[in-house]
Amino acid sequence: MSRPEHQAPPEIIYGGDEAKKYTGNSRIAAIQAEMASRAVELLNLPEGSPGYILDVGCGSGLSGEVLEEYGHIWVGFDIAPAMLEVALEQEASGDLFLQDAGQGMAFRPGTFDGCISISVLQWLCNADKASHHPKARLIRFFSTLYSSLKRGARAIFQFYPENDDQIQLIMGVAVRCGFEGGLVVDYPNSRKAKKFYLCLFAGQEVQGVKQQ
Amino acid sequence: MRLITHNMLQCHVKGCNANNFPLDFQDVSLEQQEAELNEDFLRNMLGKIEYGALVATCLKLNITDLPSTMPADANTNEEFLQALHRVMLETHVISGKMVCPNCSHIYIIRDGIPNMLLAEHEV
Ligand SMILES: [Zn+2]
Repeated sequence: MSRPEHQAPPEIIYGGDEAKKYTGNSRIAAIQAEMASRAVELLNLPEGSPGYILDVGCGSGLSGEVLEEYGHIWVGFDIAPAMLEVALEQEASGDLFLQDAGQGMAFRPGTFDGCISISVLQWLCNADKASHHPKARLIRFFSTLYSSLKRGARAIFQFYPENDDQIQLIMGVAVRCGFEGGLVVDYPNSRKAKKFYLCLFAGQEVQGVKQQ
Repeated sequence: MRLITHNMLQCHVKGCNANNFPLDFQDVSLEQQEAELNEDFLRNMLGKIEYGALVATCLKLNITDLPSTMPADANTNEEFLQALHRVMLETHVISGKMVCPNCSHIYIIRDGIPNMLLAEHEV
């Protein structure tokens, strides 16, 4: 089966009809919600403390709904306008942005208590335009993400790595940008259910010091 | 976009690293949308808010609900937390522009969604 990220850029693949289909498909929606739940769990935020969470590639807001259920306030961005339109129709509770992860974040340092991202990271490894250099885009993404996170916060990415080289490339860039972490693999022995979560930690929490 | 999120935004054009916050609102339309008061969340955010920028932004939008400085007892001050909630979590910017005070880049807001995409030479 050919991977969607090899066919066209995400804003094309998830254009109008496809955005609605993707969101209206209850099987896809259930899997997305389950992965979002797992990602929120892996954020490991203290019970009963509502956080300000970033959703990278929020799409139509399926994962945002999960964040809301856990009591968090969220901000999401996506590069596909049609997906954001669906999010609006569904009255998503988070603040939405039209933004390209590869161009980096526009948030002040220490803004977020955590970040989740569902089925997005593999897209960043593509060069959809002649001007796109995947490694440069990954560096811009991870370095600005690192800065926008509170010290000690986590960023959890469920993604579909294409091969080991891609995992190494992503991990290498994330570490170079200051993150620590590793890969969590759920259902490693099931070809169909196997899921990869890249778990990154943005440094150590500084106690009693105001976040800058 | 809620005003709380505007308070966290800065310009991300290449090389625009100073005086790039807060983005200046122009020609905006606002909408109040009721939301459940979440005091724990507000307390969590107190240390992250740039309060001076928040007040200045509000004044520009003719919102005068906030005191000019954050009360020392902000954590427990019900009246203040409620005002903060009204301003930061219930006030939505539906359309307009955000202009960078440093490089003058214009971010357009439509249907409540700011467009943060940059041209290739700005990345
Ligand atoms: Zn600027």
